Amino acid sequence: MLITTTKGEMDDSLLEKREGSVDNENEFTTWVEYWLGSELVHRSAHVTLKKLPALLAEIAQLA
Amino acid sequence: MANTQSMCTSFLGDLLSAGHNFSTTNIARTINTVDVFKAALYLATATMNASTTAYSATNEVSGTGYTAGGITVTNGVAPTATNTSVTAGVGFWTPGASFVWSGVTLATAFDTVLLYNSSNSNKAVSVHTFGSQTITAGTFTLTMPSNTTTTALLRLATV
Repeated sequence: MLITTTKGEMDDSLLEKREGSVDNENEFTTWVEYWLGSELVHRSAHVTLKKLPALLAEIAQLA
Repeated sequence: MANTQSMCTSFLGDLLSAGHNFSTTNIARTINTVDVFKAALYLATATMNASTTAYSATNEVSGTGYTAGGITVTNGVAPTATNTSVTAGVGFWTPGASFVWSGVTLATAFDTVLLYNSSNSNKAVSVHTFGSQTITAGTFTLTMPSNTTTTALLRLATV
């Protein structure tokens, strides 16, 4: 598979693939990196937002 | 400095003066034209929070493939309002598609996206934070939460 890198398209067999993820109450995130030796040549990330605290609205009580 | 996730305070006031229209129907204006909303990324060293009033290029990310001002948000579903009791009303809205920046290199860490209204003086809507990221010759995708009463990106609820 060809990977877009800082050096152009490269076959993934030439690269070291590293992956990771984070899952917490705010987000689920995954990322993938491709390394050529000690050089990072590709990194993509996918963040899925879970939610933002709602704005709570209230009105004044009439006396 | 740090970014803090929040609905922008100015947005609350703007709502009461019909400053934003997320729908193709606009009950406050004579022309039913949905506003254009955009999403811009900000560095982890920025200070984006409830006090943010409008889009600014200051501390916005920069790099190969990224256009200042960010991307246009897909507005696929009009705002929805429901009420499960005499008091528990909720209105909600979520963009209709993920925010995607393809073929970019963003070497400086970023952790925030600002949603803003480019149809109305770039007024701020909300600030959303996530774990700090960099992108190298790759794609950054920000997927929206489910558009429900409890998880939508923007929710206004009575208490």
